[in-house]
Amino acid sequence: MERFRVLIVDDEVDFTETIVKRLKGRGLDADGVNSGEEALRVMETEEYDVVVLDVKMPGLDGIETLREIKKRKPYTEVIMLTGHGSVESGIKGLQLGAYNYIMKPVTLDELMEHMTQAYERRIIEAQRREDVKRSEQRP
Amino acid sequence: MLTRHYQELRLKMVVTTLCFALIPLLALGLTIYYQFTTAYELRTIEAVRTMVQNRVNSIELFLDERIAQLVTVANTHTCEQLCNEQYLQQVFKIMQHRSKSYIDLGVIDQNGDHIAYTGPHYSELKGVNYGKEAWFQAVMASGLYVSDVFLGFRKVPHFIIAVTNHEGNKTWILRATINSDIIDNMVRRAQVGRKGDAFIVNRENVLQTTPRFNGKVLGKPNAPNFSAVVDTIVERAESRGEESLFAAASISNPRWVLVIKEDLREAMAPLFRARHVEVMILLAGVALVVAGALIITRSLTSELMKVETERAKNDELMVQSAKMAALGKLAAGVAHEVNNPLQIISEQAGWMKDILESETPASQENQQELKQCIRKIERQVDRSRTITHRLLGFGRRMEPTQEMVDVNGLVAETVKFLENEAHHRGIDIQSDFDQNLPKITTDPSQLQQVVLNVMDNAIDASGKGDVIKVATSYNFQDPRVVAVRVSDQGIGISKDKLSKVFDPFFTTKGSSEGTGLGLSISYSIMEKLGGRIVVESEEGTGTTFTLFIPTES
Repeated sequence: MERFRVLIVDDEVDFTETIVKRLKGRGLDADGVNSGEEALRVMETEEYDVVVLDVKMPGLDGIETLREIKKRKPYTEVIMLTGHGSVESGIKGLQLGAYNYIMKPVTLDELMEHMTQAYERRIIEAQRREDVKRSEQRP
Repeated sequence: MLTRHYQELRLKMVVTTLCFALIPLLALGLTIYYQFTTAYELRTIEAVRTMVQNRVNSIELFLDERIAQLVTVANTHTCEQLCNEQYLQQVFKIMQHRSKSYIDLGVIDQNGDHIAYTGPHYSELKGVNYGKEAWFQAVMASGLYVSDVFLGFRKVPHFIIAVTNHEGNKTWILRATINSDIIDNMVRRAQVGRKGDAFIVNRENVLQTTPRFNGKVLGKPNAPNFSAVVDTIVERAESRGEESLFAAASISNPRWVLVIKEDLREAMAPLFRARHVEVMILLAGVALVVAGALIITRSLTSELMKVETERAKNDELMVQSAKMAALGKLAAGVAHEVNNPLQIISEQAGWMKDILESETPASQENQQELKQCIRKIERQVDRSRTITHRLLGFGRRMEPTQEMVDVNGLVAETVKFLENEAHHRGIDIQSDFDQNLPKITTDPSQLQQVVLNVMDNAIDASGKGDVIKVATSYNFQDPRVVAVRVSDQGIGISKDKLSKVFDPFFTTKGSSEGTGLGLSISYSIMEKLGGRIVVESEEGTGTTFTLFIPTES
C-alpha cells in the first residue's frame, strides 16, 4: 500500500495519541492535533493527503475548520468524524466539500478504508488536473 | 377551584345581563304605568266635569222653563182675571197639562194677602198673609224668586217660584209650588256606579235633594262642603277610608250647587285592570329575561369550560411534544458523549491488539503501553458510566411528582448536561450557588425542563467567548421563594419582542432550530408550580431569565 500523509484532528487527546500510533504501525505517515486552530497552523507548513476532522470541538469547530481548509488547500481530502448523530452537520460537511462523513465509534480498519479511498480520489483528481493542464498547453 | 371560578363568572354574566335587560324593561314599565294612570285620571276627571255640567244645564233648563211659563202667565193676564179662582184653576190645568210638577198656583197682592188659590190646600192657604215672609220681601224687591226646598203640609219636598207683575202702581205676585221630585230624578241620573252619589245643596249646605247614601233632604250632606262653589270644580277627597272624586257645579237661580260623587276605585276600575295586566306582562317579561340570561350564561360557560378543557388538553400535548424535543436533544447529546469514549476504548483495544500481534509483545516498552491502554479504557468506561447513570436519573423523573428537591443540585446537574454543548461552542458557563438555599417541595423534572429550556436559550443566544452565569439565591426576607437566575451576554431581545417571548410559537431562531414553544411551556410550567418566570433584556448586552420557585407548592 502506498504511504500517504494523514492528519487526525480531535479534541480527545487519548484518541489522537493512540490512533496516530496505530496508523504509524500500519505504515501511514500520521500526525495528530487537538483543535481546529492547531490543524490549520500545522497545515501551513506540512502537506497532508487526508485530514480526519472531528465535528464537535471547542474553539474552531469541525465545520469551520473544514471551510478554512478547503479555502487554503482545496485538494486536501477531508473525512468528517463525529459522535453527534446530527444529520444536518453531516450534510453541511458534504456540501462544503468533505469526502465522507463517519459516525463514531469506527474501527481502525473501516477508517483506513475510507482514508485510502479518499487518498485514491485525491490521486485521480490530481491526475485529471494534470491532463487538463496538459491539454490546455497543447497548441 | 375550577368550578368556583366558573360560578363567579356565571354570576357576573347573569348580573350584567340582568342589569342591561331589566333596567330598560322596568323603566319602560314604570313610565307606561304612570303615564297611563295620569292620562286615565285626567279622562275620569274630565268625564265627571262634563257630567256635572250637563246635569246643571238640564236643571237650569227645567227651572228656566218653569219661570218662563209663570212669567208668561203673569204678563198675559190681569190680576182681576186671575183672581177669578175658576179661571185660575183653568190656567193651572193648562200648565199642569204640560208639566205635572206644579202642585198649586196662587195670586198674592202687594200687601201679602193670598187673594186667589188653586190647589190641594185651599183651606189652609187661602187668605194667609205672607207680608212678613222673607221670600215675599225678596220677590217684591227683585221681581223673581225661586225658593229653597222645604217640606210643606204634605211633608213632600217642594219649592216655590214667584214672579211679580205691575198694573199701574199696583203690584201682584203669581206664585207656584213645584214638586222637587223632578229635580230629584234629574239628579239621580248622575248617580253612577254602585257607590256613586249626586245631590244638590243650597248656600247653607243644606241638602235640596235626597242623596243616595250621604244624608236626608234638608239635612247636612255627609260630604265636604261645596256650598260656596262658583262655576265648576273637581276635587279628590277621602272619606271613611275611601277615596272619592267630587265634582261640583253651581246653579244660577236658585243659588244651588250640584255635587256628584264618584268612587275613585270604581271609576278607576278599568285603569286598575289595565295596570294589573301591565304588571303581569312586566313580571312575565322579567321572568323571561331572567330565564334567558340563565340559559345563555349556562350554555356560554359550559361552552367556555369545554374550550378550556380542550385547551388544557392541547397544552398538555404541547408540553409533551416539548418534552419529546428536549428528550431528542438530550439523546443526541448523550450519543455524542458516549460515542467519544467508545471511540477511545475501541482505539485502545485496537492498539493492544496491534501490540499483541507485533513480533515482540513481551518487551518492557510494550508492557508499559498495554498498561496505559488498560488505564485509558477504564477511564473511558467510568466516563460512560456517569453519563448513563445521569441519563437514568433524568429518565426516572419524567412522571409528575412532588419531592424534596435540592435546587442547587438540580441546576448543577442541568448545567453538566449542557456544559459539553456549550464547551464545543466556546461558551463558558459559570455557576454561583447560594449554599443557604433550603430544600423545596416541587416537581423536579418539570423544574429541570424549565431550567434546561432557559439555559438552552442562553446557549443559543450566546456567541463564542461569551459567559453564561447561572446563580441560585435565597432571601431570608421572603422565605417562601428561591430564585434561579440565568444571564447571558448574547444578542438580547428588543423591547417590542420582549413582551412576546412567552407567547406560543414566537421564536427568533430559524424554523429548523426552534419550535417557539420552549418559553411558552416554561411559563405554563412555572405557573403550574406556583412560581414565576421573569425576563429582563437589553439589546446587545444580554438577557436574564429569573425563575422564582415557591418552597412549598
